[in-house]
Amino acid sequence: MKFTLSWLKDHLDTDASLAEICERLTMIGLEVEAVDDKAALKPFVIARVVSAVQHPDADKLRVLMVDTGDGKPIQVVCGAPNAREGLVGAFAAPGSYVPGIDVTLSVGKIRGVESHGMMCSERELQLSDEHDGIIDLPADAPVGTPFATYARLDDPVIEINLTPNRPDATSVYGIARDLAASGLGTLKTPAIAPVAGKGETPVKVSIADPELCHGFALRLVKGVKNGPSPKWMQQQLIAIGLRPINALVDITNYVTFDRGRPLHVFDAAKVAGDLVVRPAKDGEKVLALDGREYTLNASMCVIADDNGVESIAGVMGGEHSGCDETTTDVLIESALWSPLNIARTGRELGIITDARYRFERGVDPEFMIPGIELATQLVTDICGGAPCETEVVGYAGHEAKRISMPVSEVRRLTGLDVPKAESMSILDRLGFKPQDKGDAIEVAVPSWRPDIDGKADIVEEVMRIYGVDRIAPAPLPTFGAVNGKMLTPIQIRTRFVKRALAVRGMMEAVTWSFIPEEHAKLFGGGQPALRLANPIAADMSDMRPSLLPGLIAAAQRNADRGIGDVALFEVSGIYEGDGADNQRRVAAGVRRGTAKLDGQGRHWGGNAGAVGVFDAKADAFAALEAAGAPVDKLQVEASGPAWYHPGRSGTIKLGPKIVLGTFGEFHPRTLEALDASGPLAGFEIYLDTIPEPKAKPTRTKPRLDLSPFQGVKRDFAFVVDKSVEAAAIVKAAAGADKKLVTDVRVFDVFEGASLGPDKKSIAIEVAIQPTDRTLTDEDFEALGARIVANVEKTTGGALRG
Amino acid sequence: MSDLQSLEASLMSDIASASDEQAIEAVRVAALGKKGSISEKLKTLGAMSADERQTMGPAINGLKLRVSDAITARKSQLRDAAINARLAAETLDVTLPVRQAPAERGRIHPISQVIDEITAIFGDMGFAIAEGPDIETDYYNFTALNFPEGHPAREMHDTFFFQPDEAGERKLLRTHTSPVQIRTMEAQKPPIRIVIPGKTYRQDSDATHSPMFHQVEGLVVDKSANVANMKWVLEEFCKAFFEVPSVKMRFRPSFFPFTEPSMEVDIQCDRSRPGEVRFGEGNDWMEILGCGMVHPNVLRAGGLDPDEYQGFAWGMGIDRIAMLKYGMPDLRAFFDADVRWLSHYGFRPLDMPTLFGGLSNG
Repeated sequence: MKFTLSWLKDHLDTDASLAEICERLTMIGLEVEAVDDKAALKPFVIARVVSAVQHPDADKLRVLMVDTGDGKPIQVVCGAPNAREGLVGAFAAPGSYVPGIDVTLSVGKIRGVESHGMMCSERELQLSDEHDGIIDLPADAPVGTPFATYARLDDPVIEINLTPNRPDATSVYGIARDLAASGLGTLKTPAIAPVAGKGETPVKVSIADPELCHGFALRLVKGVKNGPSPKWMQQQLIAIGLRPINALVDITNYVTFDRGRPLHVFDAAKVAGDLVVRPAKDGEKVLALDGREYTLNASMCVIADDNGVESIAGVMGGEHSGCDETTTDVLIESALWSPLNIARTGRELGIITDARYRFERGVDPEFMIPGIELATQLVTDICGGAPCETEVVGYAGHEAKRISMPVSEVRRLTGLDVPKAESMSILDRLGFKPQDKGDAIEVAVPSWRPDIDGKADIVEEVMRIYGVDRIAPAPLPTFGAVNGKMLTPIQIRTRFVKRALAVRGMMEAVTWSFIPEEHAKLFGGGQPALRLANPIAADMSDMRPSLLPGLIAAAQRNADRGIGDVALFEVSGIYEGDGADNQRRVAAGVRRGTAKLDGQGRHWGGNAGAVGVFDAKADAFAALEAAGAPVDKLQVEASGPAWYHPGRSGTIKLGPKIVLGTFGEFHPRTLEALDASGPLAGFEIYLDTIPEPKAKPTRTKPRLDLSPFQGVKRDFAFVVDKSVEAAAIVKAAAGADKKLVTDVRVFDVFEGASLGPDKKSIAIEVAIQPTDRTLTDEDFEALGARIVANVEKTTGGALRG
Repeated sequence: MSDLQSLEASLMSDIASASDEQAIEAVRVAALGKKGSISEKLKTLGAMSADERQTMGPAINGLKLRVSDAITARKSQLRDAAINARLAAETLDVTLPVRQAPAERGRIHPISQVIDEITAIFGDMGFAIAEGPDIETDYYNFTALNFPEGHPAREMHDTFFFQPDEAGERKLLRTHTSPVQIRTMEAQKPPIRIVIPGKTYRQDSDATHSPMFHQVEGLVVDKSANVANMKWVLEEFCKAFFEVPSVKMRFRPSFFPFTEPSMEVDIQCDRSRPGEVRFGEGNDWMEILGCGMVHPNVLRAGGLDPDEYQGFAWGMGIDRIAMLKYGMPDLRAFFDADVRWLSHYGFRPLDMPTLFGGLSNG
């Protein structure tokens, strides 16, 4: 919502400065978004060309002596064809900034003749595109006065960022009313007197659907002369960015902004028969005032005559019956439309107009008739003509909402102690007609405030006018105790896992929740319920089923920028369905190139190798450990989901059913589909699947029992089939004596011709810790035999000779 | 006497010329061993007369002592030399670079870090963290939050929708974290003090808008929480978050469907230095958050009687306050995973924000 200071002062009597007005507007909820105080035009003064002679060295230049009001003419070199003795124009002295050419003037020599300033064209002042000559003012224009003041261009323009709840402030009058209520001046708007009409308006109106139209006023003014509107009206409209068309149209625009009352004018000669307000027919077309043809549907409301649609109700008039210079009889329309219907119609047709802006917020129903009276007055004042009587149909009148607010409510919600009398006074100034009911104030909500619905709204009115800045901050009471743990288990896991992965040299990425459909499908997603109907881009269409495609793409983007060794992770949501419980919290990471835990790339102490499945597995287990998973109870099964390399990936399980995560190198086809290249390995952990540890009654740790007897280590090597998993050997060795064997480590894996094809050797170191006595050689021998027997039995292998 | 003197001179010369520990040991054995030259001399004492012994005894023993001391001294000298030689041989170029620890390379994303900072501050004020799903129903995202059907306020949120299901209901991506207000009120009775960080989505994209962004929302519901308390909470938060001793904030009336009265909040700052914003000083106002008293209809939607319970709520952009505090110029870079950006703007994994140790280091 834009308006000029002078326009505001048409309604508000105030001595306040522009800055004070802007400050107050913002503090009562009408946030000033921009102020153009026209300072850019300040340097230009009216000056008279005293003499103009030909430049000695240039055919097209003249040397002017210019009087700027102090009687000491200044020499200016000028190339304008209309520069002549006696011309009165706009002069800029050296040091002035000329916006149209983006130059700050200085004294210069033009073809050897000094020039002390510039006579400007309209384009140079950014007033218009006119650049055929310099500004040529009437001879009586006062030399020496600021040009902007003379041309009424110094009127500051204020733009407020209007919130959608304030239709009352879509008018200069409404804004003045709010300012007056806040004590910044007094309203001086003259009352609107009804304009007597003679005879009935011959065109009748019927409303086919009262849901769509809550009132319609129509009035014929005969014998008007429609030319340009008066200069004052044009200036106000231009100042707020509107283009003057003709007096009748300008009057509707003026009333729209002045009073928030959109109007429409029909050229009566072009209206055939009576008007009907009805839903459009599906496929019905109308050429609108913007010169574009719109195809309508049955949800939209139109005003039609015998010719068809003449106007898209409340949104935009039709070209056919629009008013132009030939119009002699004009039909003025002031109507009330359903805000929801206007909003939907405007949205569907993509039309944004000043009328729609107001109707969809809700215009003052009680101003429908005064609005048409005001318009009639302006039409007869400006265009002459004889008005008929106003035809009003469908308007049932307005019943004010009544709200009772306890006096204490302002304090309850805001903490402000506003005396009752003060609250009453504020509400009175805002037009709420407050009544003192003892402990309560009863108000009648003004017809221009459809947003006011209950007590809280009344509190807001009192608060914003009394002053939000008068509310002193008051501490929130403490709970009187040290705050306990505030995070949920999943929140704690999320934090720990992020830090644990970052400690492993990985960088946390935040990637899009929506990914390309092909990527989603590749990772088990892509179901229709998770596809956006209106994605912002085609490749941001599907909610991700996994963090991996986003991370792989991110790693590749870095590689494409020349940084091939990257380690990225993310802890965030994936989507298995559109229900509230189908969003899961996962941690995932990828390593690319040589971005290993110990470092990447070449190093004098040894170059880093390519990342692989075991780097991903180590990350996965670090994440699980940080998330509090019982890592010593987890099993790793060969092969992960289809997007991994089948022979270099694994699935991490707790028991036979619970899958906690997957890891591995990626399937070459996955990388190909993602336009990525390896080496690339990654993992994904389902943080919400990890069981929560049982609540313990005490924080005491179990007692540390240290054995007094020396522990020993024994090595064994087994030759087994290649298909035998190392985990089976470890498990069998550990199972040989669960009490004595405390650790089993694989320290060597060997494959070679000497073992035969399809065979491999796995060497383990078994830690043995006696607890109740020193073991004898015989004891060790017996235990060793049990270990060998157990491993041989479960793996079919043999102790390596 | 003279042969003792010549023996001593000879031994001393041998000691001095011994070039390693082995040589000096040989000298020791040759002089002091069982059959060493001095040992042999000592053996001669037994055959001497008492008078002779009187003079020769001390002389030979003196010789033994001097030679023995000399050998010990030489030995230690030679050992030192051997160690020095070994050390010299073992010398390395210590200017060779070592590998950086993984913890020095790793980074926490600014969004995570700022959420931790927010958590630290509000945790201190007794708030819990609440979360909710990104995919929401129209009811939780709009209707329950007092956005009437078809209201222009819905249009302020450029919403991402999914396809309608069989029942004609279409899910959406939440446009704000406020649905969690309703979910929390449904699940828990007041007093409620929660902050809700999370992902939010709107169809918008430029340097300061992204189709996916992060918000943090706060909600207090009890029987007395009012605008004055809200002002305090938000001022304390901004002071703590921006780590300045004082901030000046401007609360101005505004409009949100889910609060009444509603306010927007500007924070005083100095933007005169390019690319840098200083809070607690300067002449500019910067809009930083929206807030208000929970609308009675929202309390009702949460199953609470607005005449018994009251409260306030606020919301702000996590990415935005991160950009303001740490000076990232472009929001889009947050989601690009460019490791150069992450390395520069990210946080070290062990920089854990706490109130007792300061939210940020440096």
